[in-house]
Amino acid sequence: MKLQQLSLFLENRPGRLDAPLEAIAAEGINILTLSLADTAQFGILRLIVREWDKAKRVLEQAGWVVNLTEVVAVDVLDRPGGLATVLKILDGAGLNIEYMYAYSLRRGDKAILIFRFEDPDRAIQVLLDQGLHVVDGDELMSVAAA
Amino acid sequence: MPVPNPSPDPSPDWSSEHPIWNPTAETLPRAAREALQLERLRALVGRVARVPFYRDLFAHREIGPHSIRSLADLRRLPFTTKDDMRRQHPLGFLAVPRRDLARIHGSSGTTGKPTFVAYTAGDLRIWSELCARFLVAGGLRPEHTTQVAFGYGLFTGGFGLHYGIERVGATVIPAAAGNTRRQIEIMRDLDPEVLICTPSYALTIADAARELGMDPRALPIRFGHFGGEPWTEDMRREIEDQLDIAAFNNYGLSEVIGPGVSGECAARTGMHLQEDHFLVECLDPETLEPVPEGEPGELVITTLTREAMPMIRYRTRDIARLYREPCPCGRTTTRMSRVAGRTDDMLIIRGVNVFPSQIEEALLRVEGTTPHYLIEVSRPGTLDEVHVKVEIHPEIFSDRMDRMQAVCERISREIQTVAGIRAHVDLVEPRSIERFVGKARRVLDTRGLSERDS
Ligand SMILES: [Zn+2]
Repeated sequence: MKLQQLSLFLENRPGRLDAPLEAIAAEGINILTLSLADTAQFGILRLIVREWDKAKRVLEQAGWVVNLTEVVAVDVLDRPGGLATVLKILDGAGLNIEYMYAYSLRRGDKAILIFRFEDPDRAIQVLLDQGLHVVDGDELMSVAAA
Repeated sequence: MPVPNPSPDPSPDWSSEHPIWNPTAETLPRAAREALQLERLRALVGRVARVPFYRDLFAHREIGPHSIRSLADLRRLPFTTKDDMRRQHPLGFLAVPRRDLARIHGSSGTTGKPTFVAYTAGDLRIWSELCARFLVAGGLRPEHTTQVAFGYGLFTGGFGLHYGIERVGATVIPAAAGNTRRQIEIMRDLDPEVLICTPSYALTIADAARELGMDPRALPIRFGHFGGEPWTEDMRREIEDQLDIAAFNNYGLSEVIGPGVSGECAARTGMHLQEDHFLVECLDPETLEPVPEGEPGELVITTLTREAMPMIRYRTRDIARLYREPCPCGRTTTRMSRVAGRTDDMLIIRGVNVFPSQIEEALLRVEGTTPHYLIEVSRPGTLDEVHVKVEIHPEIFSDRMDRMQAVCERISREIQTVAGIRAHVDLVEPRSIERFVGKARRVLDTRGLSERDS
């Protein structure tokens, strides 16, 4: 149920996203979602793609420093208090969220959030126990295709 | 630079394991050495009156042997620079008649013309004695065979070490520099235990051995004395690891004699200066005042015994630190650190003297930083600002922003510790810092430019 997320280092200057995204597109790899965390000096681009191993190879060969992390996608009701409910569950179980971002597409009245946990396996267990829906890779791809 | 921290309890058999070539000279109590230095300095001030350059300066300042009452009076004497030597080209600094010369060497200058250095027969005897001292301190014994892969010629390295090895009674193979394959063949045929060359050439030999399909660690060399160019502790580890040898550092410069000014003992806590022949000061290159012990400064050397071309307070432009606390080897002489840089490379940032090598050292303390960095100095307002660009490397990259910021802060803290300045650390993409063949350009100082613009 875990998703493989690629992160790469980018300097903070205009147009810096173009080159890595073009490199991936040129190989016919679909980007499911991306998020950028940045400071004045640099940014970390986080990508979820269909063929992460191929994308990683392509990016590394083009000279980027890439790392691979496991993240968890969760369905959250897209209305006031929807996110708060999930955070409360995680907090109650003592699970640390390193960071989170929203998946670019939504599904009906649900938004999909991507979480980076210190301990993804336990997080998944807690979320499932509480009746939340953890979205796996195939499902995420079907949302993208719809 | 790691401060040498010799073990306070040398093993009891230290002296038998690590003999001293000239115990009288090298373990002289401080008071006795200073008395000897004072006597020699006074005589030197009398002798250099034969050099027009010093005669005129001394006459102008009314300086003579009578002016030297204590070693502190050294500070009343004028400095000598490389430019002074150039202006006296070719042999204006001779203090003896030309017929008394036994040999003439030269230092390669970036300007093309060599600066000549002359020796009497007495100078050559002292020179080989000084080389013998550091060679023995670093493990050379009469039964050893030594391959000298230094240039023989005007350069002082080859002949200086050659005669030092002969003085010890060891065997010399004067292989000279170059033809690396042949160097390796000689090693395989003659089994030398000792290698003498520049540190970068030692790594070239290791590379060449691998290209020939050999394991460089299997070569017969057991230890090496390296010098003739500045190098780092990191490079020492590389050499020792790649060739499976112990690597010793030595220091000298042709203007004062050549190799033999100082060299490491087995304790490797800095290079022992041969203070019965040289008076060495460590000065702030800007104010020319002595720096506190252990702080980096420019080495300024006075030759106490040179006959043909004595030098008074020669400004080496080499930056190093001096340590006077005792060494476990038993030698009582002051030790100098590695040369950390040249005064020519020095940056003055908000009044603090900073060397690119200090930034490099700070980076070395943070695992996973690459050797590729650029120091950018600017003055956006009235204050100097320093940005250190460091290429990102898989070992320090994380998808977590807090970890990345921690890396920047860690580097910044190390720079503050080593160089005493606050610097902004900018992580940059791999291969984004320009690569140079040979000497890398490490500094981009735009302060002068902005002044001209305004
Ligand atoms: Zn020692």
